[in-house]
Amino acid sequence: MKPPRRWAIVFALLAAFVLGTLILAGTGADPISAYTAIITGAFGPDGFPGTLEYAVPVVGMAVALAVPLRAGMVNLGGEGQLVLGAITGTVLGLTSPLPAVPTVILALLGGALAGAAYAALAAFFENRLGVPLLVSTLLLSYPAMSFASYLVRFPLADAGSSLPQSERLPDGVALEVTGTGLALVAATALAYVVIDARAPIGYEIRMTGLGARFAAYAGISRPRLTLRVLATSGGLAGLVGAIMVLGFPHRFIDGALITPTYTWIGLLAALLAGANPLGTVVAAFFFAALTNGGFEAERVTQAPRELTAVLQAVIIIFLASATGLLNRRKAGVR
Amino acid sequence: MNFDLALVSSVLRAVTPILFAALAGALCQRAGVFNISLEGTMLVGCFAAVAGSWFTGNPWLGVLAAVVASAAYSLILAIGSVALGGDPIVLSIAMNLLAVGLTSFLLRTVFGTTGSFSDPGLRGLDPVLFGHSALVYAAWVAVAVLAFLLYRTSWGLKVRGIGENAEAAAKLGVNVARERYQVIIAAGALCGLGGAQLALGNVTLFSENMTAGRGWIAVVAVMLGMAAPVGVLLAALLFGLAEGLGFRLQGLGLPQQATDAAPYVVTLLALFSQRLFRRERSNA
Repeated sequence: MKPPRRWAIVFALLAAFVLGTLILAGTGADPISAYTAIITGAFGPDGFPGTLEYAVPVVGMAVALAVPLRAGMVNLGGEGQLVLGAITGTVLGLTSPLPAVPTVILALLGGALAGAAYAALAAFFENRLGVPLLVSTLLLSYPAMSFASYLVRFPLADAGSSLPQSERLPDGVALEVTGTGLALVAATALAYVVIDARAPIGYEIRMTGLGARFAAYAGISRPRLTLRVLATSGGLAGLVGAIMVLGFPHRFIDGALITPTYTWIGLLAALLAGANPLGTVVAAFFFAALTNGGFEAERVTQAPRELTAVLQAVIIIFLASATGLLNRRKAGVR
Repeated sequence: MNFDLALVSSVLRAVTPILFAALAGALCQRAGVFNISLEGTMLVGCFAAVAGSWFTGNPWLGVLAAVVASAAYSLILAIGSVALGGDPIVLSIAMNLLAVGLTSFLLRTVFGTTGSFSDPGLRGLDPVLFGHSALVYAAWVAVAVLAFLLYRTSWGLKVRGIGENAEAAAKLGVNVARERYQVIIAAGALCGLGGAQLALGNVTLFSENMTAGRGWIAVVAVMLGMAAPVGVLLAALLFGLAEGLGFRLQGLGLPQQATDAAPYVVTLLALFSQRLFRRERSNA
C-alpha cells in the first residue's frame, strides 16, 4: 500500500473535525465542551489510565493488520484471529499443569500460534485456490467467533455464574494489561519498525505493497510472502487476544473483545497511516484516545459515544478521496 | 428431517436480503466496480426502513426511505472512487464501519435506545402470498429484470462493455463515469430493498449490526454466480438453504452457535469447491 500523502491526512482530519462539529451542534450538544471533554477524558488524570488500557489492544490490532496492509493485502479477519487467540489462551491457562509463570508464557504463545494458524488458512486458500484474502479472512471470522462462544457457554462455562463467561484463570495466571501487556505490544511495534526498515523481509513487503507485479519480477514469491505476512498478522492478533484474557478480569467473556471494536479501530488506524509502522502506532493511539475521550464527552454533553466511531470512519473516507484526487492531479488526469 | 413447505418458506425468507445485495454486487461487478460496501449499505437500509415505517406508520414508506437512504449512502463510493479516484476497497471498508457507527448513533439520537429498537407500534410489511411480503417475490422479479437489462438493452451492453474494457468503451463514446455512477446508485437502491426486507419483513425491528455478514455472503454469491443474475440467484439460494436448515437443526437440539456459523462455512466451502473444480478443469 502506498502511504497517503501528508496533505491528504491533514485534510481528512480537518474535514472530519468540521463534520464532527456540525453533528455535535445538530444533536444540540455544545461542540466546545464536547471537544474539551474528549481531551480531558482521553488525557486528563482520570482519563489517561483508561486510554492506555484501550490503546493496548487497539495498537496491537493496528500493528497486526498493518503488516499485510503494508504489502497491499487486507486482513479483515482480525476479530476471529483475536478471539481464537483469546480462547486458546483461556484453555491453556485453565488446563496447563505447569506453574503460573510458564503457564502465562504458554498461553501467550498458544494464543499467537492459534491466530497465526487460522490466518495462514486464508493465505493457503488464496495461494492454492485463488479465493481472495479479503473475503476468506472475513468469512472465517464468523465461525471462529461462534466456536469460542460455544466453548465458553458450554464446556468452559463458569458454573457459578449465569453470564456467558469461562471460569476464572488460576491464581497467578495473569498479567497487567497496562504493564506486561503494554510492554509486549510496544516490543511488537518496535520489532515492526525495525524489520520494516532494516530486514530483507521488510523490504520485500514494502516492495510488494508499492507494486506487486514489479516485486514478482524482482523474484519475490508472492504465495510465500502472503503466507508469512498473514501468519504474522494472525499471530499478533492472537497474541493480543491472549493478553486480554490474561488481564483483568482474567477470564474469557463472550463478546468482550468484539463489542469494543478493537479490531476495526485498529484497521482504520492502519489505513490512516498507510501501514507505516510508526504512523500506525501513533494513529492507533490517537484513535484509542479519541474513543476513550468519547465516553467522557457522552457523560458531559449527552453526545453519543458512537460519534467517535463515526468520525474515525469518516476520516478514512475523506483520506481515500483526497489521496485519489492528489494522485490523479499528479498523474495529470483531470 | 423432511423437506417440507415450512423449510421452503424459511429459505425464501432468508434468501431475500442476500439476493437483493448479491444482485447489487453483480451489477457493479459487470461495470467493473468491485463493490464490497454491500454490507454497510444494506445496514443503512435496515435503519431507514424502520425509521420510515415508524414515523409515517406506513411500512411501504419505510421501504421507500430505505431505497433512498441506501442509494444516497452509495454516493460515498460513487463520488469517492469514480469522481475522485479513491481506492474503492478502502472506501468500502470505511463505509461498512461507518454504517455500523452511524446507525448506532442514530439509534441513540432518534430512538433514544441502544442495542435494538422494536415496538408493537412499528409496522412491518404485510404478507401478500404464503405468508411472505411482496419484497420476497420482488427479489425474484429483480433477477429477471436485471438479466433483461444486462443482456437485452443497449444500457446493459454499455455496462458490460465498461466491465470488459473501460478504455475501449470510452473510445467508443461511452461515458464511463456516468454509467458507473448509475450502476453504483442502482446497487445502493437494491441494497436498500434488501435491508427493508430484513428489518420489516424477516423481523420487525432494528438491531445494531443486524446485517451480520449478509452483505459479505452476497459478495461471495457474486463470485460464485460469476456476476450473472441467474448464477447469483442459485448461489444466494444455497446460503438461504444453509440458514433455513440451521434454524431447523437448532430446533433439533444443535447448539445455536453451530447453526450461526453454518451459512459462513457453507459459503466458504462452496467457494472453495468451485475454485477447485475450475482449476482441475483448466489443468485437464
